[in-house]
Amino acid sequence: MIINHPLLGPRDSQEFTYLGDAGLIERPDWQAEDAADAFYEYLYLRDNPAGLHKELWYHEQGDRSWLVVTRNISSHEIISVELARDVARQKGRSK
Amino acid sequence: MPEHRLKALNPLGGDSAKVETFDVFTISENPDLALASLACRAGQANNFTKAARKHFGFEMPGPGASAGKTPFTAIWIGPDQWMIEAPFETHEEIAAELKAAFGGSASVTEQTDGWACFAAEGPAAGAVFERLCALNVAAMPSNSASRTAIEHLGCIVICREAGIRFSVLCPRSGAASLHHALVTAAQSAL
Repeated sequence: MIINHPLLGPRDSQEFTYLGDAGLIERPDWQAEDAADAFYEYLYLRDNPAGLHKELWYHEQGDRSWLVVTRNISSHEIISVELARDVARQKGRSK
Repeated sequence: MPEHRLKALNPLGGDSAKVETFDVFTISENPDLALASLACRAGQANNFTKAARKHFGFEMPGPGASAGKTPFTAIWIGPDQWMIEAPFETHEEIAAELKAAFGGSASVTEQTDGWACFAAEGPAAGAVFERLCALNVAAMPSNSASRTAIEHLGCIVICREAGIRFSVLCPRSGAASLHHALVTAAQSAL
């Protein structure tokens, strides 16, 4: 499988490690009133779609960037690859 | 001051650099290298760029590239992060020197003895590296650089001259493993 890195171009998937659902970057506020419920959802409840899925991949043997890869679970086709920090910034996160 | 009579060893364990030649390909240990990683701090891009121009005299290279002007070479290793190389003889204190030049605009980490460097040079470089890693080394232009896995080690491959002159940086503790992989690939290719 080839992942088209947004900065470095097409790279072999051997260079990457997989973490999981891209929803993991939306860590709930631990000080919120409903923190216990929010963390229960964050940790244990995942959608398991048969089609498009957003995933977190880490370019471990490369530039060490975290990527959000949108992949079709049924066909393994990769639709888009973005830097996770750009995704977080689009959602209004500061750093 | 106590008087130390200690002798530094090279990553492969010798006290002189190991050089091996295979027909048209040479693998040599390069211990004369001071290294530091330099990362631009958040919101400091302007001050960082100014300090880089003043101290290095060149623009910091973009993804997949390296840039240099004697005595420094900067290698892009990640977003807003570079590995800086200079001769060990003159820049043993490279981390302190960079911290003084960049102040609060950058985070600097000493890397000198964390890495082993091998020069891998000769027209057979493409044939040797295609046995070692997933990078298309034969297509790398001069002054490009990329991190990749060689022999399960996270290495940085730097192309000094397209198709001919390359350097490989690997974690110092894996120096013998990388050297073995380079030698095996060279024997297989030549």
